[in-house]
Amino acid sequence: MYYIGIDIGSTAAKVSVFNEDELILNFAMPTGWSSIETSKVIEKRLRDKGIDLEKSKIIATGYGRISVPYADKTITEITCHGKGAHYLLGKDATIIDIGGQDTKIITLENGRVTNFTMNDKCAAGTGRFLELMANTLGVSIDKLANMALEGEDINITSMCTVFAESEVISLIGSGTKKESIARGIINSIIGRVYAIAHKHGIKDTVFLTGGLCEIGSFVELLSQKLNMKVETKPLARYAGAIGAALLAKNI
Amino acid sequence: MRPKIMEEVEALRGVNSAKIKEAHEAGKKVVGMYCVFSPSEIALAAGAIPVSLCGTTQEPIEEAEKVLPRNLCPLIKSSYGFAITDKCPYFYFSDVLLAETTCDGKKKMYELMAEIKPMHVMSLPQTAEGEDALEMWKNEIVKFINFLEEQFDVEITEEKLRDAIKLMNRERDAMKRLHKLNAHKPAPLSGMDMMLAQWLKGFNVEKEAGIDLIERLIKEVEERMEQGIYAFDEKAPRILLTGCPIGAGSEKVLKALEEAGASVVALENCTGYKGLDVMVDEEKDPITALAEKYLATPCSCMTPNNRRLDLIKRLAEEYQVDGVVDLTWQACHTYNIESYTVKKFVQEELNLPFMQIETDYSDSDTGQVKVRVEAFLETIEVSAVAN
Repeated sequence: MYYIGIDIGSTAAKVSVFNEDELILNFAMPTGWSSIETSKVIEKRLRDKGIDLEKSKIIATGYGRISVPYADKTITEITCHGKGAHYLLGKDATIIDIGGQDTKIITLENGRVTNFTMNDKCAAGTGRFLELMANTLGVSIDKLANMALEGEDINITSMCTVFAESEVISLIGSGTKKESIARGIINSIIGRVYAIAHKHGIKDTVFLTGGLCEIGSFVELLSQKLNMKVETKPLARYAGAIGAALLAKNI
Repeated sequence: MRPKIMEEVEALRGVNSAKIKEAHEAGKKVVGMYCVFSPSEIALAAGAIPVSLCGTTQEPIEEAEKVLPRNLCPLIKSSYGFAITDKCPYFYFSDVLLAETTCDGKKKMYELMAEIKPMHVMSLPQTAEGEDALEMWKNEIVKFINFLEEQFDVEITEEKLRDAIKLMNRERDAMKRLHKLNAHKPAPLSGMDMMLAQWLKGFNVEKEAGIDLIERLIKEVEERMEQGIYAFDEKAPRILLTGCPIGAGSEKVLKALEEAGASVVALENCTGYKGLDVMVDEEKDPITALAEKYLATPCSCMTPNNRRLDLIKRLAEEYQVDGVVDLTWQACHTYNIESYTVKKFVQEELNLPFMQIETDYSDSDTGQVKVRVEAFLETIEVSAVAN
């Protein structure tokens, strides 16, 4: 029996497949404009990999979870992230998940989600903010984070994504070094994440999930701000999909 | 399938807006009220019709924001918006308005609203504790009586007050028994229907007919219970909803909870059970009895407000709840700050899962609210399995 987790986020879709207890496959793709189309592409890719969907239990999660007609069940990304992070880390933690449009802080106790906080109504402190700012600077997100390590410790003062973009443009205009602007952008998102995490309360290890966990320089700067080592794992961006697949075993 | 009589209950909205017009045309006086602190008995004793004017919809907020700051609670903006746009028949036909100094936002808004219609403002003490507070509030009750006597050129006798107290107690008793039906596991009524029935009572032009309708609804629900017909199955997580008031148009959190499979069994808010808990003493002198009842309202505008915690505890036990959701309207400082106290109490004393949702009347955060509500219910499910 296959257990499949499909995590369709606002920016990226992640898929994890277990064959009984063995994690055999993880893949990701941009969500694009339609999560229904994405779910069709995922279905095809799973079949191409020789996975028999009729002999599978499937849970969909994430913002596009309702767009997966072949899923047996939907569960929110909060519960799935909790489950997946516990699988990857093997212990309780405070999970910081920086997604495309949401940043979530999740407390795990005895492997269970006991508390969570989400940003509301605003894209400040999310992956989308970083993506927009990277576009304004004309670099990739990876490059932006790496540049930030070389820059001066400046601040972008506007919290609003739209105003922050204008501020970045005027910094470019005034000849501020690109590295310093990059640092300001990273400082801005890390400051927002810190504020949510601080209000939520940090317990045990801090574990970072979401696409940004793969960027070492971002993890380093976040660790500096939190004044503790932020842990992550190579598969951490799949935490939601892995958690969904694990929960599919209970169906 | 909902009880048949719920259709009649829902039809009250249309029925009452026609009846208020008829009553006005027949020369009846109407007192518009904004709060569960408003002693409707006094309006009834003056031969007038008390109606609830508290704004619960997004629609007039845009107009209100021409005058009021955006960063203000939606209930205040909606109430003021209805007043200036003339879109609410109950406001339109109100001869006088009764307001109270509950929160800062409301009392300053009332200064502006008073320019539209004759308004009486009752000064609430900041605490419900102690003799001084009660004396002050008794005095405010007397002042309101004097105001209505003068405005309507009537005499509010002790006998009329006693009759009004008995009538309102009967309404409270019926509403309380209706609410208590959902103490049964599983609940026979959805939280949405319960909210509607409780909220719509505030517009009843004919109190007796309103009580009769609720008695018939109770009877129908009891019959359905005997036949084993419930709104939810046994496994649905049972939620106590506390915090700011809700009505039709501002039910989004309640709706999100029930759409995600929860059974909202208790409404510990002022449109729900808060105003029903304490009856008016029919033996005592009416002014003292009224003052005591209304001052006992466990609202966050009071300091301290420990009675709210007591009420949450009683309801959580009696209704066998699995979790508590605290709804805070954006910029409602008193409920927002008090949420921390409620959270600690619910998690540590009652050992129940707790979640606060801070939002407004708009649907701009529907997606986020849905995720938060579903994730909260999942944590309840998981902890139920683990225990």
